Amino acid sequence: MQPRIILSQEHYRIMQTRFCHQLIEKHDDFKSSVIIGLQPRGVNLACSIRKELEQLLGHEVKYGELDSTFFRDDFRQKPLLPQSTSIDFLLDDLRVILVDDVFFTGRSVRAALDALQQHGRPAEVELLVLIDRRLARHVPIQPDYTGITVDAIFSEKVKVVWNDTILSHVELVNKDQ
Amino acid sequence: MLSVPHLLGIKYLNRDDVGKILHTAETFLDVINRPIKKVPSLRDITVVNLFFENSTRTRLSFELAEKRLSADVINFSASSSSVSKGETLVDTVNNILAMKVDMVVMRHPKPGAAHFLSQRVDARIINAGDGAHEHPTQALLDAFTIQRKLGSLEGKKVVIVGDILHSRVALSNIYCLKLMGAEVMVCGPPTLLPRYISSLGVLVETDLKKALEWCDVANMLRIQLERQEIQYFPSLREYAMLYGLNSKILEGLKKEITIMHPGPINRGVEITSDVADGPHSVILNQVESGVAVRMAVLYLLAGRAEDKM
Repeated sequence: MQPRIILSQEHYRIMQTRFCHQLIEKHDDFKSSVIIGLQPRGVNLACSIRKELEQLLGHEVKYGELDSTFFRDDFRQKPLLPQSTSIDFLLDDLRVILVDDVFFTGRSVRAALDALQQHGRPAEVELLVLIDRRLARHVPIQPDYTGITVDAIFSEKVKVVWNDTILSHVELVNKDQ
Repeated sequence: MLSVPHLLGIKYLNRDDVGKILHTAETFLDVINRPIKKVPSLRDITVVNLFFENSTRTRLSFELAEKRLSADVINFSASSSSVSKGETLVDTVNNILAMKVDMVVMRHPKPGAAHFLSQRVDARIINAGDGAHEHPTQALLDAFTIQRKLGSLEGKKVVIVGDILHSRVALSNIYCLKLMGAEVMVCGPPTLLPRYISSLGVLVETDLKKALEWCDVANMLRIQLERQEIQYFPSLREYAMLYGLNSKILEGLKKEITIMHPGPINRGVEITSDVADGPHSVILNQVESGVAVRMAVLYLLAGRAEDKM
């Protein structure tokens, strides 16, 4: 099966602007909100959204990167090397928006929620994802902001292709390929 | 995640393994500097610290690393055990493993003890020092400390000064530093330099001043009085005069160098207090790095996917 493009760069640009307006609607001036990109693949998306948010708001938006490797429940089945975490502030009473590219089983986000606790007690945690593979959930976690929803089978993989830090496209590929 | 199931010595690791350990240690250093210093990675693992030889730093460092990873920890010291009643090493360990222990951290006075054990028991073995053979986690934490201080190990010049003959730290350091692309020199009285040491690809120097002029980092080893069955030098005073590092020598050098010591320090013998506590010393950084590096080793060995525990 040839890879099937499910999100083009043009569509993504519109989607990112939509994300930003949805976020501003909920978080107002972002004075008590923070964007946290999930390592490794949510970071590019989070950076990109943060950049547009800052342009729209006219001021800096608090930002961090979170690695949840040490909190995963599958590290013995799937060898994982940790990435860096950089959250230089306490999350106490802040409203956190976790950002990831593909939301699949929900296990990464579950681990991220645990990892987040090491940095304080947020007032609220929301989840923003680019792609929601809604039929594959292992835990009862749902995103608050979704780019597109994909009904893919287990033998298929959603691949988000980045050109450096700019999203090129998202494609659906067969895992064997 | 590592190419080996046990950490028996640096000799058995490849460059990729050491790179993974140092990379992972970096993230653990971040973890242990957070307000909450614990992660749940090894919550289903039980580790026994089996110490047949005295140790303060290494044992505490391993215990802390295990606890920071949420492992269950049991401690064993030979002096208060059935070893004193004549029980063999394999019997002792198998009895402990029968209580469902997954990993063994062992220090033993006999070289090769960890290797011997790894072939006879069903658990991950981490060598915490075996006689005058290897002390892999000390070498890894030394490499990690140098990397953090100087940016990388590639091309850096490191001199190891002192009792090379009896030192497991020296051998592991030589393997580790060479593997990561550093240049290594050993320096000490000829009686304390093994005869064929240069076959390991290290430079040999007996003049401390020349060695210090050459290096970027000096690792001052402790004179191991407990391992000296014969007299290798006339007196400690003479050793301190010829091979002791003091601020006068340091100030006379053309460049600044980094000073390391694996501890415990014989103050006034291999290093004076003002140097050990001075601005060029990274001795306490080594201790901090030790916990992060040991967390990395435990994490990576527990995470080997192909042979589940």
